[in-house]
Amino acid sequence: MSIILKASNISKQYRLGLVGTGTISHDLNRWWAGIRGKEDPYLNVGSVNDRSTKADSDYVWALQDINFEVQQGEVLGIIGKNGAGKSTLLKILSRVTIPTSGEIKTKGRIASLLEVGTGFHPELTGRENIYLNGAILGMSKAEIQAKEEEIIAFSGCERYVDTPVKRYSSGMRVRLAFAVAAFLEPDILVIDEVLAVGDAEFQKKAIGKMQDISKREGRTVLFVSHNMAAVKNLCTRALLLENGKIGFEGLVEKCIDKYLSVEDNNSFNFRDFNSREGNGGLRITDLNIFCNNQDEVSFNELKSGYNYLFKFTVENFSNQIKKIALGMSIFSIKGQLLTASGSDYFMDKIVVEPKNKVVVTLAIPSLPLTGGSYFLNLSCKSDLNGLEDFIKDCLILNVESLISTKKNVTQFPSEMIQINHDWYL
Amino acid sequence: MNKLDDADWLYTISSKRKLIDFNFAEIWRYRDLLFLFVKRDVVTVYKQTILGPLWYLIQPLFTALTFTLIFNKVANIETGTVPPFLFNLAGISIWGYFNTCLKSTSDTFKSNAAIFGKVYFPRIIVPLSIIISNLMKFGIQLLIFIAFYIYYYFSGADIHINSSLVFFPIIVILMGLLGLGIGMLISSMVTKYRDLKFLVGFGVQLLMYVSAVMYPLALMREKLPKIAWVVEYNPLAYIIETARYMLLGTGTFSWFGIIYTVVVTLVVLMLGIVVFNRTEKTFIDTV
Repeated sequence: MSIILKASNISKQYRLGLVGTGTISHDLNRWWAGIRGKEDPYLNVGSVNDRSTKADSDYVWALQDINFEVQQGEVLGIIGKNGAGKSTLLKILSRVTIPTSGEIKTKGRIASLLEVGTGFHPELTGRENIYLNGAILGMSKAEIQAKEEEIIAFSGCERYVDTPVKRYSSGMRVRLAFAVAAFLEPDILVIDEVLAVGDAEFQKKAIGKMQDISKREGRTVLFVSHNMAAVKNLCTRALLLENGKIGFEGLVEKCIDKYLSVEDNNSFNFRDFNSREGNGGLRITDLNIFCNNQDEVSFNELKSGYNYLFKFTVENFSNQIKKIALGMSIFSIKGQLLTASGSDYFMDKIVVEPKNKVVVTLAIPSLPLTGGSYFLNLSCKSDLNGLEDFIKDCLILNVESLISTKKNVTQFPSEMIQINHDWYL
Repeated sequence: MNKLDDADWLYTISSKRKLIDFNFAEIWRYRDLLFLFVKRDVVTVYKQTILGPLWYLIQPLFTALTFTLIFNKVANIETGTVPPFLFNLAGISIWGYFNTCLKSTSDTFKSNAAIFGKVYFPRIIVPLSIIISNLMKFGIQLLIFIAFYIYYYFSGADIHINSSLVFFPIIVILMGLLGLGIGMLISSMVTKYRDLKFLVGFGVQLLMYVSAVMYPLALMREKLPKIAWVVEYNPLAYIIETARYMLLGTGTFSWFGIIYTVVVTLVVLMLGIVVFNRTEKTFIDTV
């Protein structure tokens, strides 16, 4: 095994806030320092990249002193919270931008598969776009010609291949784009979250193809994902980024464990939590969990088979009366959806007066989860503005599994749904 | 672990930048992409229009007609023995090539931000493809010029080609390169300072008036001798004047003008490439 890629002391600094008139004075200062042969005066400032705390400087280090090596034929997973620096690292690797300091040396050609489908021209047909997209990704015309039929077959879009791409469904577009990229033959392939799209059948196909690429063809893959199942399945080694620094590097399982322990639920503050989606007119500002209708418990001390009440506090920050529905879904850490429900299946839309709040209760009798960690995703939709609030892949429930059956108290396999059941002769 | 030899590395991604980082081998490797971009630009512009590529012809024809009515019939600008319409059509076609080259290349980074933010390829491929696809549009416009030329020739107008016409392609290439150079300069600066976008809009308009598009260079010298230097130091004016001399046998031809234009074009182009190279590495952080 030989080293194919080596990153040494990679750092990347970004300027916060707006680019405006202030920029020109900083630019002039930099230029003046450059002329006198001095170092960039703004390189010494800048704070550690923690998205949730308020910055004390205009500059921030998205990446700081990143060192790692990648072996030939290895599949390296890169995981981390939103804003930990994963995408910045990928951008540097795929040569979209350069680091502020440090360097990456590589022995092979790197091709990236970031948000497939960029570069598709809506007016061109599928076939024409295969050529265009292939060329953008670095293939020559002859290479694409040789693989054209395979690409079309893999995408499963034979019928539409001579139709302009603007008539495609979004799923078809993704299929076609992934198909082009899958037949690229770079020495190092960089992949960012492509598996989040497409239907189940295609996701399976895509994972299979990526395993093929790495295992059978022996190519090196750098894979960035929030999907822990995919990381577990595909990667041979993993890298955890925390606030722009390497938090852990090594075995995939250990890395994922470390990643999950980083997410500290006890300090999870609904009110100040910022990396949520939705327009924010309305927010879930608190969630209290009560066991057996009385004791309040934390997110970390749930137990299988107990009865729970989840009490959501929803605040309306706007000046309008809103009619809302709450939604809840539970995912396994591997990214598998286990169950989901919405308040609108059970009751009328909940009316929230302007500048007011309501408390909505979700009752889950006999918690049907076995031991382990789960993501709890919460959403709030209103009639007026659609998605108001969405907290995704951030809240972790830790469940302890000791289930008393009629025979004894036992532990079931972890991270799965436990249905109400019985065995007898 | 293997001992790492520096010579083994294919390339290095680092913060250090060279002044001129122009990798011809790499551009050559991406020649298919250049070709496909040109094809995309030519094929898709007039999709879902009824007149299609006819629009290439309608624009210069109507502009030339308007110019003839306003500048020649109303304002009485003399074009010598050459029919004013043909005089204007020649100027407008060549000016139009520069105009579209400059305007579309100066937008390179902004309009391609989505794709530049995802994949790497030599960025210069994009402005190059614009120059080439516009050259094809210019070719079509030249055909309509030739048609009118033949018409006027047989209706007895005093126009004649001369032997310098063999250098016409060079004039066109100069025009394209000048547009490319200025366009690359502007596109690089516009990523950070959007002010320039507004400047380009009306700046190009003003530039046309000092580029001898709708009047002969000699007329400027005669009527406004005090500010004629503005036109005389404008390389574009020489290109247009020389092109008209080659096609119609009107106006002046000066070696000084040609050499001056070539020098200015090369300097602007070099400057454009240097600035473009510097910008392409980090523009995605500021765009």
